Amino acid sequence: MTNHIHIDEHRDDEGAKTGMWIFIFTELLLFGGLFIVYSVYRYLNPMAFHLAAEELDVFLGTVNTVILLVSSMTIAMAITSIQLKKKGLTLILMGVTILLAIIFMVNKYFEWTGKISHGIFPGSEILHQSSQGEILFFGLYYAMTGLHALHIIVGVGFIGYVMWLVKTDDVKHDDYVILENSALYWHLVDLIWIFLFPLFYLIT
Amino acid sequence: MDNSQHTHIVKYKTFAWVLLILLIFTFSSVAITQLELGVYSVTAALVFASIKSVIVLMYFMHLKFDKKFYAIMMAGIVLLLASVIFVTFLDYLYR
Repeated sequence: MTNHIHIDEHRDDEGAKTGMWIFIFTELLLFGGLFIVYSVYRYLNPMAFHLAAEELDVFLGTVNTVILLVSSMTIAMAITSIQLKKKGLTLILMGVTILLAIIFMVNKYFEWTGKISHGIFPGSEILHQSSQGEILFFGLYYAMTGLHALHIIVGVGFIGYVMWLVKTDDVKHDDYVILENSALYWHLVDLIWIFLFPLFYLIT
Repeated sequence: MDNSQHTHIVKYKTFAWVLLILLIFTFSSVAITQLELGVYSVTAALVFASIKSVIVLMYFMHLKFDKKFYAIMMAGIVLLLASVIFVTFLDYLYR
């Protein structure tokens, strides 16, 4: 470092983390609202939801669940390794998390294109001939998994940014709250999927 | 600023165990819903999902090691959501 004038930077880790949690609460309420919409429509159209849910691939859903759970573990481990001053390992663990997120999105791509090629997408001819309940199921399926996928993309960007901060030593063993916050965000994405998976793929 | 916060370092092994438990719950919920138990499979799937999310919140999201304040706020949100779901269904069931 060259002749820098030392200025005490304002820093409030507790506040940063509280802010992240408050954001997470708003996200939970957003998805919570969608879950309520889902359960009310399911209650009103039990047969149609049963038939429609059978269309979804349980295997693909399970694979994506496992991917997200493992990625949640790797980002949690990244915090441990930054605390232990292991920068290289931190970067590897974060990289693995991003890689798993991309694999999740590739699976999602194949799942969605598979459905779309079978003519099941909002506004399609086949769905127009289906019952009201099936239209609702697939509408919610695309809206909720789509919104979740959007969160995955944002998460990849966020974790990628923090990776860069780790690389440039802006995030290190005694200053890593942004890494903690990116991990919290990633666990939120996992948490939402934990409920999306049984509701759409398992309960038929 | 005072940065002398208590830092709890969670062991890698703990996270590996947590993942293992989460995977066991995932596969159990897949298995149990394949059995076609009707209403019970819905209940089982949701109970398993709830257990999994508590584990994620406590260990991965550090609520077990952080200040109690975060866990209390989280519980408040769960309570709020639960009551909205309850009131919504009261409306639909007894309309």
